[in-house]
Amino acid sequence: MAEELKDIVLDYVVKEYLEDDSEPLTYDTPLISGGIVDSFSMVSLKRFLENRYRIAIPDDEATPEAFDSVNKIVSLVERFVAKK
Amino acid sequence: MSNIGSYDERVKNFSWEIAEKELGWKPGDVINIGWHCTDRICRQGKGGKVALRWEGFTGAEKTYTYDDIRLATNTIGAFLRGLGIEPEERVCLFLDRLPELYLGFLGILKTGAVAQPLFSAFGDESLLVRLSNAGTSAVITQRKHAPKVRKILDKLPHLRHIVIVDHDGAAPLREREVAFSLEKAAPVERFDAHPTTAESPSVLHYTSGTTGMPKGVKHVHYSLVSQYLTAKWALDLREDDIYWCTADPGWVTGTSYGIIAPFALGVTQCVLDAGFSAEAWYRWIEKRRVTMWYSAPTAIRSLMKAGDEVVRKYDLSSLRHLASVGEPLNSEAVVWSEKVFGKPFYDTYWQTETGSIVISNYPGMEVRPGSMGKPFPGITGTVLDPVKGEPHPAPGKIGLVAFKFDWPARMRAYWNNPEAFEKKFRNGWYITGDRSRLDADGYFWFAGRDDDIINTAGHLVSPFEVESALLEHPAVAESAVVSKPDPINLEVVKAFVALKPGFAASKDLDLEIMNFIRKKLSPLAMPQEIEFVPALPKTRSGKIMRRLLHAKEWGQEIGDTSTLEDD
Repeated sequence: MAEELKDIVLDYVVKEYLEDDSEPLTYDTPLISGGIVDSFSMVSLKRFLENRYRIAIPDDEATPEAFDSVNKIVSLVERFVAKK
Repeated sequence: MSNIGSYDERVKNFSWEIAEKELGWKPGDVINIGWHCTDRICRQGKGGKVALRWEGFTGAEKTYTYDDIRLATNTIGAFLRGLGIEPEERVCLFLDRLPELYLGFLGILKTGAVAQPLFSAFGDESLLVRLSNAGTSAVITQRKHAPKVRKILDKLPHLRHIVIVDHDGAAPLREREVAFSLEKAAPVERFDAHPTTAESPSVLHYTSGTTGMPKGVKHVHYSLVSQYLTAKWALDLREDDIYWCTADPGWVTGTSYGIIAPFALGVTQCVLDAGFSAEAWYRWIEKRRVTMWYSAPTAIRSLMKAGDEVVRKYDLSSLRHLASVGEPLNSEAVVWSEKVFGKPFYDTYWQTETGSIVISNYPGMEVRPGSMGKPFPGITGTVLDPVKGEPHPAPGKIGLVAFKFDWPARMRAYWNNPEAFEKKFRNGWYITGDRSRLDADGYFWFAGRDDDIINTAGHLVSPFEVESALLEHPAVAESAVVSKPDPINLEVVKAFVALKPGFAASKDLDLEIMNFIRKKLSPLAMPQEIEFVPALPKTRSGKIMRRLLHAKEWGQEIGDTSTLEDD
């Protein structure tokens, strides 16, 4: 699941948040600290993950650190999917 | 001893001439903010002093001395003149917090043109409205943001140049685009700054209005006098400070106190171009040995949320003075800051229209946690009875925060909108749109907005602008936008949406509408919650009763509903 999940999140970030899609984005590109996704936009990214994977990520867990790369987001999502 | 010394003595003996003299200016002289912030400091023999330490999110670092920023602003100014930019033309800065944003701002001012900074997260619709209203001649931007400008280019006939500061040649430049590299351009040693005078326009910032589109707030070069002295007395900025203002220059704090004031005072300032994280911020303070830190309540509450443990991982002992702006600073944040940093955040109050701090808690004066403080010396502030439009005769009553509009940094006009400007005044008082009460000792206590404007993380969002954009979504029949309380951002945007026939509420549609607004306007304007409703409450004359929806979100009394269309 992890590989597929990674690609889904990466594609979503590229489609929704990257203004210049010629810029390369990797699984480890810093999203929050790199200014690609700001704290307000993080709310819509969180909502996407919750809708797509039918999970609820508590606000306490939706920190800038936990959302700072595709790899980190995937770890977070996997944790909540496993809890279902 | 603080710079201001005794607040009461300063009030008694105040004159703006104090700042004018320190800046070497007298009425009738040329005053150019770009020159005063660079060449003037070099002429004081401080050309070798570090003016700006910048770090990007990748860890890249750049350091500029005052002589470096003098040369860089000359170089940018000469480039703009070479493009044919004339004094008073508007030049927009649409950049992340790159050095070119800070230096470009001063370079524009040196040419006599008007700097129009816009928040780089703005969507194309927000950008279009502001560039159209200002009749902007040039936009300075970067590759990353250029697509948003290209998207609206055919609607901006007056926009002659799009300056790309990081063009790498990988893709060809397009219509009206020109590349400029500060690092590769030949430094311009001699540049004659335009002889702007006190009332020459300098900066155009846009702010949200309750109704209608955003308003361009016009400032003039004489604003320097207020910005310089308020930074010195209210922020207690000193020449040997290492200063960090966390505000983005897309907003007025980021220019008045993130560019103009610190450079005019000749201090070293630090800029971190990275998204928020508690660890990154504390690391930055430790690394740069920041002494004076000017931030915002939302950031402080986010730091509180990150916990005390992370604070203890860093050596923050360099911090000497802390201040805050943008929204009311809750007393818990003041108490927390005393606990973890050993000193309180001093709240300051001002607006885009005021151009500089007008109410503040001052070093050396008792901080009353939760209070906005007292008016800056030389500024007359009061709380007006909203019915009579006259100052409340006794303290304790909530009313409208108002000022005698007579300090150097006050706005001079709303761009192309004299009617809106006139509406800001009542019986000779400038009405801020905020409500507060005064206590018996003259401290102001914030009590909320007097209109529907939403203050989210210190930024004002117009419900009207969001509602207008929502109507452009194919599924939306009508909408009402209000604030809802938020523990970190004070308020966030909430939209009530009635759908057109054929559309059904769903989680996917909810997300689609959120992203639609985020991209069209900005992440700040994106509704963090959308409530789908069959219909919106309206008066019998058909006006949406936003008040009812607001009251519901805030748990307030709904009040008179006798005019409701359908009780």
